This record gives sequence, structure tokens and C-alpha cells, in this order.
Amino acid sequence: MIRVRLARCVLALIFMAALAADVLAPRPYDAQFRDSPDARPSRQFLLGTDELGRDRFSRLLYGTRLSLLLAPAAAALATSLSALVGLAAAASGRWGERGVLAITDLVLSLPWLFLLLAVRALLPLNLAPLVSVVITFALLGLLGWAPAARVLHAGIRALRQSDFVLHARASGCRSSRLMAVHILPNLVPLLRAQFWILVPAFLLTEANLGLLGLGVSEPLPSWGNLLRELENVSAVPSRPWLLVPVVLLIVVVGCLHLAFPGEERAA
Amino acid sequence: MKRLLPLLVACALSLAGGEIPNGRELRACLRSQPKTFDPALVADDASETIRYLTGGVLIRVNRVTQALEPELAVSWKVSGGGRTIRFRLREGVAFSDGSPFTATDVAFTFQRLMSPEIHSPTADSFRSAPGAVRSAVENDHQVALTFPAPIAGLERLFDQVAIVRSGSNAVLGPFQVAENKPGAYIRLARNPHYWKKDAQGRRLPYVDSIRLDIQQNRQLELLKLERHQLDLVSALDPEQFQELSTALPGWARDAGPALEPEVLWFNQVARAPIAEYRKAWFRSANFRRAISEAIHRDDLCRLVFHGHARPAVGPVSPANRFWCNARLKPHPYDPVSAAHRLAQDGFHKDGESLRDRDGRVVEFSLITNSGNRARERMAALIQSDLRAIGIRLNVVTLDFPSLIERITRSFDYEASLLGMINTDLDPNSQMNVWLSSADQHQWNPNQKTPATPWEAEIDRLMRLQASTLENEKRRTYFDRVQEIAREQEPFIYLIYKDTLVAVSPALRNVQPSVLRPELLWNAEWLWLAQ
Repeated sequence: MIRVRLARCVLALIFMAALAADVLAPRPYDAQFRDSPDARPSRQFLLGTDELGRDRFSRLLYGTRLSLLLAPAAAALATSLSALVGLAAAASGRWGERGVLAITDLVLSLPWLFLLLAVRALLPLNLAPLVSVVITFALLGLLGWAPAARVLHAGIRALRQSDFVLHARASGCRSSRLMAVHILPNLVPLLRAQFWILVPAFLLTEANLGLLGLGVSEPLPSWGNLLRELENVSAVPSRPWLLVPVVLLIVVVGCLHLAFPGEERAA
Repeated sequence: MKRLLPLLVACALSLAGGEIPNGRELRACLRSQPKTFDPALVADDASETIRYLTGGVLIRVNRVTQALEPELAVSWKVSGGGRTIRFRLREGVAFSDGSPFTATDVAFTFQRLMSPEIHSPTADSFRSAPGAVRSAVENDHQVALTFPAPIAGLERLFDQVAIVRSGSNAVLGPFQVAENKPGAYIRLARNPHYWKKDAQGRRLPYVDSIRLDIQQNRQLELLKLERHQLDLVSALDPEQFQELSTALPGWARDAGPALEPEVLWFNQVARAPIAEYRKAWFRSANFRRAISEAIHRDDLCRLVFHGHARPAVGPVSPANRFWCNARLKPHPYDPVSAAHRLAQDGFHKDGESLRDRDGRVVEFSLITNSGNRARERMAALIQSDLRAIGIRLNVVTLDFPSLIERITRSFDYEASLLGMINTDLDPNSQMNVWLSSADQHQWNPNQKTPATPWEAEIDRLMRLQASTLENEKRRTYFDRVQEIAREQEPFIYLIYKDTLVAVSPALRNVQPSVLRPELLWNAEWLWLAQ
């Protein structure tokens, strides 16, 4: 239990620091101090500067805010879609259920990374960086519902066999009411579990896209593009502060798993 | 230079204070598996390196002096108004299987090269007009080739024609392919019959073999070098150069500016699916010049390339000694002048934003290929520079196929940041860029008639230089093309990157060149100290 509390405290601290980036960040995330590129950590620049002279600490705060706000939003979207699909499959009869599950399996078999790249390449070019990153996360949410939908569908099937649902059906309860009143409330633990599984998955996906250079556009920082400084691995021993974003990512993902242990069991 | 190399070798020997050892293997990397070992079909860098190391050519372009040097031809003469070239061949030369080299082999090579069935990319340079290339074997050591029309800079083209023998894989270059493990490595063994000898009469090459590992990942290539598993690396990025300079002082070398500039251009294609008012901005020379003057090129060189680059001025870098117009200077960083030019076109500042004469906020997108850190950082700096004059730039990184689709087919983009590829020194190799009808005329390709008077003038000058045989006259015409390019800036030339290489101190006679293959161009003279 102490582990859980500690993890929640750490998460809360990181969230609060990220939300207060406007106050805590000593400099704008896009300000280029071109006379101080690749500076070491100092009083002026707590985590040094990147190769363009931008304050790494400020960029980390803003990047954390972006990633920690948008990944849960995308996870919420994906979880909602998965619930809709799961319920639709359960409510649409034998052939309808087979059809919906076949579509789900088809989505699961798609190479999501290439699909994401293809969809992203079709987007309009003249988008503000913030709009672009919101769309990227929205795409993650729209493409990431299938695994959760499979799990939820299995949960719904189990619930449909339960005594209280049989009793409700025998009492003449309509299908829509059955879903809304009896099944959906009992799916909440499963939905929460799927949500907390998807949050770190989307954080890592954005980081992967960033490493491919396809994540958040300049000058906006995100964990993905902050991690790109680690591409030059051999520079790390002489500049260990480059590891801070990856350490933060590991801490957040680890804390998300530790902070909600009951949800994992439900999944 | 023919006399200079043995002298250099002798100097190196005396400095080394010892004999050149036998039996050593030189180790390097190729970025990809060569697509072919057939010298007539070469179209990729890796195959080109193999062709260079194994193929014997009639004339070689010295990669350092950029002068022509006799190889298998001891002399040559161009006649017939530039249509005919007559070679006198070196005597006593043998293929790697010991069979003698004669004029018949030259005739066969050209017959095969120009054959439409094999679609040789090398042959395209020789196709000045429709019609066949005729070869006349005058005796065992004299051959004449006649082309349907004059070809400017004809002699240089023979640097890429490796002489082959009918029905044989034997080669005339210093090495021959001994082992090929696709995807892993290629081992080239020394050609025991190679004709070159050093000043002491020792037959070249000095090293017994060259092992070329296929390695796409540059970080892994550098790690191998640091672990002494490689003797040289032909292309480092600036970060690797800095890192290596610290880890292994003396290994990293800057060979000076490369041939390829990094450029930014605006889409001026009439049918492009972008707003007409934006096309009007991009078609304005004042707008393009203003953008050019607002970009701090010195900062691009200093911050992105750690000083291993220099501001660019035109399509030809100073590395190209003969064709670079040295009178041209890069546009200075001058945001005040940029604002003045924009004002001439009716642009005005409204708070932090720049607006055009109709009050529209000036904003455009810049696409570049994802995964190229240097270009992404250049884009971030340009974004910040343009913000200073009120322009909002949206940087978009795309995977390469999507980017190529946009700039060559759909034309659904506004500005692009990419590198130009110049592998040849001669301006003829840029015909497909400068002619308004060409498909590589990126800002507005495949025009039926030139869209602007200055493009018509460039067309005229490029055709003139291509049909003139005197190099000095050709230079006058091409200098003017470079001047027009600087005045109109259809391409905004940003920087010329330096060629950065790494060489083991044990490797002797290395002379890094900006031309490919950067470190292996004189492979027959290279040797490894104990």
C-alpha cells in the first residue's frame, strides 16, 4: 500500500509541476539562446541547453505537460470507442457480433505504425504545432481501440451469462436498458483498467514517433522529441543529464502501473 | 599528378621509416548492399564504390586535383567538332585473369554500354542526340569512338566507364570481387595483374584485400571504428566528428566543403493545390530574397553543423574548383533589408505578425524528411529567424515517400527543405535541374514554355554551355546562370556541409577528397603500418 501511495504522490507531483509549467519554467520553451548552445547544467540553465541553445528544463516541463495531458485524453477516446464497439457487438445479434468482431480483428492486424504514418501524411500541412500534436494523439486514440474492445467484449459476454442479467431479461428488460443499467456499470472497473493500460502505451508510442522524427513538430517540445537527443548514445557518458527525459518517462510509466494495481487485476 | 603520387608515396615511406608490409586487409563499410556488380548498370552509391575499386577506366578524374589523368589510355584527342575521341591505349596491360587488354575490349565495352537492351544509366550521359555510337578499332592499341553529336566535357564522362571483356568477369582495376556475403560483407582481393607500379617498381595495390561490411547504421559504424574493427569511415555527421575528435584525437578529418548544398525552395507550380495569394508571394523575387536575407546562415553552420559547414551562395560549391563562380558572395543576414524588400511588395507588420497587402497573415509550411536531425534543426532555426520578421513557419516532417509524392506528383506543399545531389563536377549534370522543361526543376517542373524571362534566359545559357566545346566559354555561360540564380533565388541556398571522415593513423597515403569515394579513391596506394 505504501508503494501505491508513493507512486500516486510522485505522479501527482509530476502532474502538478507539468501543469504549472508557465510558472515554473524559467524561459519560454522555444527561446533560442544561440550564444549558449549545448551548455552544461548551471544556475542559468538547470538542465543545460540543447544544440540550438533552448533551455532543456523548460522544454522538459512543457513537454511533460503536453504528453501527460494528451496521452490520457487519447486513452479516454480509445477506451470510449472500445466500449461502444464492445456493446455494439454484444447488442447486435449473432451475425452482427461476428461482423463487429471481424472488423476488430482486422483493425488489430493492421500495422498501426504505418497506418499512423499514412494518415499523418494526408493531414493538411499548415497546422499550428499544437493542433498537429492534438491530431496525432487523436489518431492514436482512434486507432488504438481494438485490443481494448476485444477485452471488453469478453467481459460483456461473461456478464450476459450472470444471474442478475438473466433475471433482468426474464423480467422483460429491453436490450438497450439491459446494456445501460445492468452491464455498463459493471464494466467500469474493466474500462478503468484498459484506460490505465493505454496511457503508458500512448506515451511510449508518441516517444517512438518522436524518435522517428514524426512526432510533435518544432518548436513544441514533447517527450518524444526530447528523447531524440539520446540518438547519439555515445555522448551520454559525458553528458548524463541527457538521460533526464528517459528517466522521467520510466518513472511515470512505472508509477502508472504501481498506482493502480487493482485495475491491472481487473484487466 | 601521375608523377606526384609515387613521390608522395616515397615521402610517406621515408616518414614512416620502414617497408610497406604485405598481407594486410583494409576494412571499411558500405551503407547498403550493392545492387549490381555489372559496371554498366551501376545506379547506386555502393555499386559505384565497387565499380571504382574494380573497374579500369581510360581516363580518371583525380579526386583531389579534379584534373583528368591518363589511366588505360595514355593519350587521347577530341576531333570532328567534339564528336570523335581517339584513344591511344597503354601497352602491356592485362585483365585480372591474365588476358591482354586491347582496343577490341574498348569497342566491346561501348557497344554493350550503349545497347538499348541493358538500359545503362552511365550511357545516358553519352546520348547527346539520337543515333548510334560508332567505334573503330584502328589497331590493338588505338581506338576511335564517334558520337552522333558533340558532347561538351566528353573526356570526363570516361571516368565512369569501366572497360570489360566479352564473356568474362575479369577486371582491369586494382581489386576484384573475391567474396560476396549479401547483407554482411564484400571482400575485394588485389588484382595480381594490375598495371600500376610504384617508384620502386613494386606492383600495386599495397593491401592484399579490402573488406567492405554492409552497415547502414552510422552509430554502429563509428563504434566499430572506435573498437579498431574498421580503418576508415567515409562520412561522419558533425556530432560524430566532435565525439571522435575527443575519443580518438587525430582520427577525424575535415576534407572541406562538399559538392552538395542544402536548399529551401517555394512551390511555384501553377496547378499546385495551394491558395492563389500564396502562390503570388512565392512567385515574387522580393519575397524569396527577403526570406533568404532573414535566414542567419552563419548560425546554421555554427549550431547545426558545429562549424563544419559554410554559407552557400549557389548551386556550385567552392569544392568544384573550375565551375564555382567565386565572384558570388552569400546573402548576408540582414532582417532590416528583408523587411524593406517585403515592404516593396506591400507586406506590412501588424503587431508581431506580417500581413500582405490584402491583410492576410503571412504563414506557410515547410516540409522536410523525417529522421534527418540536421534538417530538422535547420528548420527550427529558420522558423525562429522568420518569426523575427513576423512570418509564421510551420515545420512538417514527413516520411520520405510521402515527401517525394508531394514534391514530384501532387505538388501539395508550400516550401521544402532538402539537399541537392551533385556527384558530377560538370554543369551538364545539372541540366535536369535548370532547364524549365526538366522534371528536377523543382520549384516549377516540366514547363512547356518558360514561365518567366529569367528562366528562359537560364534555358538559353544552359543549352549554350552544353553545345560549346571550349571550357572557358562554357564557364562564362554557367557563371551567368549562377548569377541569375543568386538574383532570383528560385532555390535559397543555405549551406555547404563539409565532408567529414575518419581515418586510422595506421593507414598511410590517405588524401581525403570531397568527391566519391572520399577515402578510397586512391585505394591502390593505401597501406597499413604495423
